Amino acid sequence: MAERELELIFGPQHLGMVGNLSISLNVEGDTILSARVKPGYLHRGFEKLMEYRNWIQNFPLVCRINMIESEPVEMVYAMAVEDLAGIEVPERAQYIRTMIQEMSRLSCHFTAAWAYTSILGFDTPAQWAMGDRDYLLDLFEDLTGARVYHIYNMPGGVRRDLPEGFEDKLLAFLDAVHNRLPDYNSTFFENRLFYERASGIGKISPEDAIEMGGTGQVLRGCGIKHDIRKLEPYAAYSDMDLEVPTREAGDAYSRVLVIRDEMVQSVSILKQCIEKMPPGKVYEKTPNPFKWKVPKGETYVRVESARGEFGLYLVSNGGNRPYRAHFKTPSFVHGLVILERLLKGANIADVGNIMLSLYVIAPEIDR
Amino acid sequence: MKNDKTTTRLKEAKGSVLTPFKAIKYLFQKPHTLRYPFETKEPSERYRGFHLNDWERCTGCGNCADICPNQAIDMVKIEEIEAKPGKRNERPRIDYGRCCFCGLCVDICPPGSLRLSRDYIHIDHSTDSFKYIAKDEKTEQESFVPVDNYSVLNASLAHRKVDYEGFVSDLEHCLFETERVQMPEVEADERKLSFMEQVIGYSREEARKEAERCLECKLCEEACPAHMKISDYIDAIYEDMPDESMRKILEDNPLPSICGRICTRHCEKVCSVGIRGESLAIRWLKRFAADSVRDYKEAVEQNVSKPTGKRVAVIGAGPSGLSLAYFLRLRGHDITVFDALPAGGGTMLIGPPLYRLPREAIERDVNNIASLGVEFMFNTKVGKDVMFKDLLDKYDAVFIGIGTSKSRSTGIKNADKCILALDFLKENKIGKGTKISKQVIVIGGGNVAMDVARVALRLQNMQCPNEETAIKTVSLEDWDIMPASEDEIQEAKEEGVQFNPAWGPEEVVLDDEGNIKGLLCKKVKSVFDENGRFAPTFYEDQKMLIEGDMIIEAIGQAPDFSFIPEELFKELKFTSRRKVDVDENGMTSIPKVFAGGDIVNTNLDAITAIADAKRAAQGIDNFLREEV
Repeated sequence: MAERELELIFGPQHLGMVGNLSISLNVEGDTILSARVKPGYLHRGFEKLMEYRNWIQNFPLVCRINMIESEPVEMVYAMAVEDLAGIEVPERAQYIRTMIQEMSRLSCHFTAAWAYTSILGFDTPAQWAMGDRDYLLDLFEDLTGARVYHIYNMPGGVRRDLPEGFEDKLLAFLDAVHNRLPDYNSTFFENRLFYERASGIGKISPEDAIEMGGTGQVLRGCGIKHDIRKLEPYAAYSDMDLEVPTREAGDAYSRVLVIRDEMVQSVSILKQCIEKMPPGKVYEKTPNPFKWKVPKGETYVRVESARGEFGLYLVSNGGNRPYRAHFKTPSFVHGLVILERLLKGANIADVGNIMLSLYVIAPEIDR
Repeated sequence: MKNDKTTTRLKEAKGSVLTPFKAIKYLFQKPHTLRYPFETKEPSERYRGFHLNDWERCTGCGNCADICPNQAIDMVKIEEIEAKPGKRNERPRIDYGRCCFCGLCVDICPPGSLRLSRDYIHIDHSTDSFKYIAKDEKTEQESFVPVDNYSVLNASLAHRKVDYEGFVSDLEHCLFETERVQMPEVEADERKLSFMEQVIGYSREEARKEAERCLECKLCEEACPAHMKISDYIDAIYEDMPDESMRKILEDNPLPSICGRICTRHCEKVCSVGIRGESLAIRWLKRFAADSVRDYKEAVEQNVSKPTGKRVAVIGAGPSGLSLAYFLRLRGHDITVFDALPAGGGTMLIGPPLYRLPREAIERDVNNIASLGVEFMFNTKVGKDVMFKDLLDKYDAVFIGIGTSKSRSTGIKNADKCILALDFLKENKIGKGTKISKQVIVIGGGNVAMDVARVALRLQNMQCPNEETAIKTVSLEDWDIMPASEDEIQEAKEEGVQFNPAWGPEEVVLDDEGNIKGLLCKKVKSVFDENGRFAPTFYEDQKMLIEGDMIIEAIGQAPDFSFIPEELFKELKFTSRRKVDVDENGMTSIPKVFAGGDIVNTNLDAITAIADAKRAAQGIDNFLREEV
């Protein structure tokens, strides 16, 4: 034990903390000797609750696992149920799903940009990011009827077809984003001040990243081309032309630049979706929800969320509700394992910085 | 000190510290934000806001309450709504403290009455106001706020805007299956050649698939005269347990094989799924349950109670008599059933043609009842072979379930040359069979007339194949008010029966030798008077001769009470609709005489007869136990 060591509780109520997460830091002066993440402030027992609701009733529940980005959660649950029940999803529904996944990714990246910029004091791009996210929420509202918890995926497709004129609205938004990205670059991503704050911070080697189970930007930020959309294409991703952006350095700055490049990719995928959108129906009816029994079996389904691999292990014992559900959320790995490691030796001022570069969203850790 | 790597990476962060000041240009642009509440944003077309519910369409089925993952919806009794079969007087109440606006309730709503509006603001000092019974306000009502006047200042749950629908039901995306599993049937060309059963019956998979559609709202159970536990037996079929299904059926209906074929289906008319789609094939599922167990006794334990030593005479082995015998026998009484026919079934035995109700189906039901120890006296006509008075003396109670065994005649000129429907049907079901002629006229537009026409058609095809034959029906009623069921009319048409709707018979025309030449008809002006009573009027100048050499009258049946001695008959009270008047125990105005079936109810079908028998069984049981 160092001579002047003291314990510092960082969060859940702390200016430098985003989300209900607490980190207990052992510090000496300004340097962190060790860190212990203390989750539990958002435990709602979703996985257990899912065992008491039927297959359809779980949709309004699962989306709440991640309020920033609810789409991958809905999607992964729908895909798992489809996998167990052997349901084919119509092609148009696959395209719409791809579309809403990318919208969701964009919206999540905007939120991340807001959180990151505001925690570091770049208030101007923070406001832009929030504003741009709201335009996306408007689009979600048009498409699904709700802004945050869309409850739009169902086993067998999506709940409603695209509303009239939706593609045009989306295209207009994408153009606006495209035009504004240079401004984000100059004020944030390529801002010298930000570079100085983030470069070399929270550095992780590719070996360690793999060892500790990192996914998403953590891997791509240290040069590993890992993207489930490419590795195991789901929805309509096999028809999409997409690049997996990577950076070599493995520090916070690299991870953020990966996020920026992904926004460009998302805009491109969304444009491809609109262009290639096939006609046809968007929903294959599933049996009466009160009686529906999904055949016995178990499955693990994963998608690439904005933050990394989002998976669901789902077991059915042949009943009308799940026997067991377990989510593998990216923030669980990044926020508990990797964060603790990266905080060792860092400055107190960089706690939020590192945490956000790892894209930690607290509700995902607890569930 | 910066190393080389950092220098190359700095190219990405290429700007100087002054670059961010480019953002100043946004000072001169329009802001993202709205100055709420002075500027408002219109919610999207399919916004999921507060609920709207059209009370006229809502059936109170409660599916919304069942699907709600948050248990935010409960069903509340509304006194001002009159409950009737298929419409409960309950309406959903939503607790907005729990509602998560997922809209599953909208997607499960069978009539599509529940919708979500685009309103989302509610301000009130009382938390009780968050529980809200959704209702469409009429535009003229005070609580209605037009869109233009609506603002955050007067927004409330109670100020609903009917013309502001958001997320609404869509049949293509609803959570229930609207299409029925098609029942396999023998094609018209094939079935008209013989008396083979028309309906083939569901396979196990088909039955399970059909049973899966049931939402278990139980509206059907309220509409069923016998209040059968329909949801339960359908669920048992879905669970692949036909025995359990039969057990549930036999609790309320001892004639599943019969009812599974010819039931008039009060249930299917009110089925939730049937409001916007095809109702569940409840009758065919019952038939599946009855057919899939080899033996009722093996499948279901039917325990006869300890003998009570009381004896009950049942007159008539039709649906009401059989059911009464069954229910009372299970309660331990000794039952004797008298019937003039040689076998059990009553109207079921002689009425429904073999292609709809084969003999084996009736036998299965009757044999099961006989196996419980019910004594049957067939070929025994009360009033001739045994006296009604003797029954009254010898038995502790008597049940009359004689049905309507006499066909009515039109009474037109030369009507005595015609054949009566029941005689014709009976002859062809349990008699020697009729020698059919080539040109047959059937008078009537009800289900019995359809049966007669289709039986006659089959006889023609069997007796004179390859010859020119015709079946012509004549009915007072036009297509729109024809009393026969739509299916029957459609099937008769497919088989080649000709229809002459809105013609009234005037005279049977004979040739010189006294043989039938045809039926003279006159055009019908109206069938019912302004009070809805049967009082046909005709255009006396529009007449038509329909040619034919055989005429069968199928215009209705009447009961035959001649077995009751006159002095007792005087005591028997009738209702204004000429039905036997019974009290809530099924007892007539004559002490210890009970009645049920077609002579009591106006539905004139098997399931209502069973319901009557159920009531009378309870009444007789109470009566006999009180006596002790």
